[in-house]
Amino acid sequence: MKLLTGNDLKSGAVIWWDGTGWSLHVEQAADVGGEGDVIAAREGAARRVVAAYVVEAEGTPQGPRPLHIKERIRAIGPTVRPDLALRPADPALGEWVI
Amino acid sequence: MYVYDQFDQAMVDARVAEFRDQVRRRLEGHLSEDQFKPLRLMNGLYLQLHAYMLRVAIPYGTLNSAQMRMLGQIAAKYDRGYGHFTTRQNIQYNWIRLEDAGDILADLASVGMHAIQTSGNCIRNTTSDQWAGAAADEVADPRPYAELIRQWSTFHPEFCALPRKFKMAVIAAEADRAAMRLHDIGIRLVKNAAGELGAQFYVGGGMGRTPMIAPPIRDWVPIDQFITYCEACLRVYNRHGRRDNKYKARIKILVHELGAAEYTRQVEEEFAHLLSQGIEPPAAELARIAAQFTDPPFETGLPDSMDLADPAFARWVRVNVSGHKAPGYAVVTVSLKPAGGIPGDASAAQIELLADLARDHGFDELRVTHTQNVVLPHVRKADLYAIWQRLEATGMGSANIDRIGDIIACPGLDYCSLANARSIPVAQAISARMAAREDEIGELKLKISGCINACGHHHAGHIGILGVDRKGVENYQLLLGGSEGADCSLGTITGPGFDEEGIVGAVETATEVYLARREAGERFLDTYRRIGMAPFKEALYG
Repeated sequence: MKLLTGNDLKSGAVIWWDGTGWSLHVEQAADVGGEGDVIAAREGAARRVVAAYVVEAEGTPQGPRPLHIKERIRAIGPTVRPDLALRPADPALGEWVI
Repeated sequence: MYVYDQFDQAMVDARVAEFRDQVRRRLEGHLSEDQFKPLRLMNGLYLQLHAYMLRVAIPYGTLNSAQMRMLGQIAAKYDRGYGHFTTRQNIQYNWIRLEDAGDILADLASVGMHAIQTSGNCIRNTTSDQWAGAAADEVADPRPYAELIRQWSTFHPEFCALPRKFKMAVIAAEADRAAMRLHDIGIRLVKNAAGELGAQFYVGGGMGRTPMIAPPIRDWVPIDQFITYCEACLRVYNRHGRRDNKYKARIKILVHELGAAEYTRQVEEEFAHLLSQGIEPPAAELARIAAQFTDPPFETGLPDSMDLADPAFARWVRVNVSGHKAPGYAVVTVSLKPAGGIPGDASAAQIELLADLARDHGFDELRVTHTQNVVLPHVRKADLYAIWQRLEATGMGSANIDRIGDIIACPGLDYCSLANARSIPVAQAISARMAAREDEIGELKLKISGCINACGHHHAGHIGILGVDRKGVENYQLLLGGSEGADCSLGTITGPGFDEEGIVGAVETATEVYLARREAGERFLDTYRRIGMAPFKEALYG
């Protein structure tokens, strides 16, 4: 599956296209199929996202999991600062990323 | 240390107002990202893995307590409570909001700081010896000359669109504490037999994917011509440096492809021309700058003896405290590398404590080192115990300078969008595992980069580690034999790489070979140079 990701213009936060808008949570990301570039152009022009691009992912029971470790780190936060992660109390996060 | 005059302040204030307006126009939609990106990069604002990242310049690593305090306040107010000191003596904040960028730059400007030219294909922050002004072995304080370079290179219209970024370092001692020969231009100040000050030029060094040690191109440039010589070096590069391939665009490639002799010939030709143009800054300007780098009012008659009854303090003094040119004083290097910690990171509270220590005990001066530590350059030996106690209480009391735990590590894949592998977890695992053996091993400089760009200086580590991406999996190459010092050398890859756990074991194995084979007085690097790679390869790969 393909996910569309980028950064929020104001905060710089990593965001994921969920089908109707942008979410901070990768598990809410939608499969954009072949529409990623079109959505990215439209959303970028509307200043709702910066530097958007498409990444490959796999479907899991917990939701989409990007195939590349870089995107998984982007989705969660620095592996060396779990206190800054989106879900700092989740003990399974490390395994999900690595 | 240098304090902005009205012109410096006016320039920086104008830049703050300009960038604030550019941010407003971006947020209101008057600028596209393609239009805005080069503008934000000119002000040190990157878009990194998780958020905007702001890189703040710390000219030649020198700052006062008010500036350091402001760095801590910015970490607390605008970031997530910490900053990251870099291998170019700067600081980076990882969680900046675009909306806050103008306010942050204004706060920086209020203490004479900025983020100008911390990105882009221009002359970046000039680095220097962190012991400048305190070291007994320097022929002059290099900082006035680094400051003159800062003023010459800031907004230099001819060099704001170079083929690639450009890094300079200035030192003034035989000992090289600034990796001088691994810069685009390295300058060593020297004195001739008549006692006159001049500059040796080394051009075309650097790390990255094609590491090179800068060859010497001139042994002596009169000090009242050294900016003109810099200009000549840059002009030849700007004229002939490659713009068709960013991987071959650094000056090291030009010097290598032309040959040092031909590059030097062209520089000399340009230098002769420029001398006729009278571009050297007036001597009065250098004198004005130099007058701000006079020695602090050192007390005389202070004792050099210390009470070393506390063994932990005694060890810290032995490892982290260095000699000073003034009797009764010392140079303190504060380690930002606790065992298992993140190299170069400091919390807002730690940064403010460092400011307090400089104010209370250090003539208001601090230095950031390219090894991602912080120096208090002028400390009374009588104050060392009080300083150490305050550092210990805040997690900055590690006694490991130039030991295996004093690891240079780039932010790596945890933060950097260019990285291929994580650097920090490897550094944490190594420092945690080897902490108890640091005294046994002695000096061992270990440096880790998360990609071939080599921000973690892996080529120059006694032991270097390069993280690579092998089909989506992190893999780590091991290098041995690098050095950034006066005995500058580039490391050699041992062989096939290791996974994250394996590289930690490989480092331990390499140290075991050293411990088994070393002769009296040898550092790891000395033993490696004497016995060569073969025994290490045998132990690593069997």
